[in-house]
Amino acid sequence: MIPMKYVNQILIILGIALAGELLRAVIPLPIPGSIYGLAILFFLLFCNLLKPEQIQDAGKLLIDLMPLMFIPAGVGLMKDWQAFAPLLLPASVITVVSTLAVTAVSAGTTRFIRRRRERRTI
Amino acid sequence: MSLFHNSVYLSLFLSIAAYETGCIIKKRCGIALCNPLLIAIVLVIICLKALDMDYADYEAGSRYLSYLLTPATICLAIPLYEKIMLLKNNLKAIIAGVLSGIVTNMLIVLLCSSLFKLNHQQYVTLLPKSITTAIGISVSQELGGIVTITAVVIILTGILGNMTAEWVCRLFGIDDPISQGVGFGTSSHVIGTARAMEMGEIQGSVSSLSLVLTGILSVLFVLIFSAVY
Repeated sequence: MIPMKYVNQILIILGIALAGELLRAVIPLPIPGSIYGLAILFFLLFCNLLKPEQIQDAGKLLIDLMPLMFIPAGVGLMKDWQAFAPLLLPASVITVVSTLAVTAVSAGTTRFIRRRRERRTI
Repeated sequence: MSLFHNSVYLSLFLSIAAYETGCIIKKRCGIALCNPLLIAIVLVIICLKALDMDYADYEAGSRYLSYLLTPATICLAIPLYEKIMLLKNNLKAIIAGVLSGIVTNMLIVLLCSSLFKLNHQQYVTLLPKSITTAIGISVSQELGGIVTITAVVIILTGILGNMTAEWVCRLFGIDDPISQGVGFGTSSHVIGTARAMEMGEIQGSVSSLSLVLTGILSVLFVLIFSAVY
């Protein structure tokens, strides 16, 4: 049975991918098909219709390989360099300001809510 | 030579070999700036220039890597499910932190875009910058942004967060591991999470939950923010 494992898991994942793409085609919102797929898989796991073991091996493999999938997009910068040059300064400012601010605000909000809850339980 | 250029395996081999080299360099020097993905992108560009190969030739092979992106992104539901079960008791505080981070990010992008007088395409290119790369580049594509620029800005955001989030937490006296994890995952996705995992198991788990939540919930906010500018 072991050799069948990946075939079955990949079949499930591709089936969900297909359903996600279908939803994207039907729903007129700029939401990528992968997000619908992610939601479907989460729903299946959450409702116990699918056990993590049933897709885990292929799933972990795909997640491990994920960084490789971003290389083509990054290399594409060589053809879009003309569009990137005028964005260099604004993108740098936005990256620095927002990364620091998002860290502080999100961590601060979580701490605020946890402290308030602790105080209530005391 | 053209026969060699046309082989899809050349692109695939180059990409994977460059990434492997990046991993080795990262292991040797250990600083976040030596991100394997960033090194791989630079190495592939250098190789293509040296081989006098067009991006179109490279893309003909490397697109097979991109095809895997949708199924891989869907699989992020597995860690999401596992971490939600693990962190059930703190879910409300974590989601509140993530939402506040998303709104902060998009408000800053909106403000800076109008300050720098960027056009709509440039604005939507930068909007998904804090989202994990897989979701961020699909969002950029859906909105009509320049995907390649989005990808590079996302990677740079991750590296910056990886290097600064700990310092920011210390500056604001945030010492509980759950809040720290939210800060890492929301601001700098997978690359920040790598650092959070080094800080501790709780930081790592919360950070990986936060990064997937940020990706999913951002999609909803992007719908609103992409319409206002």
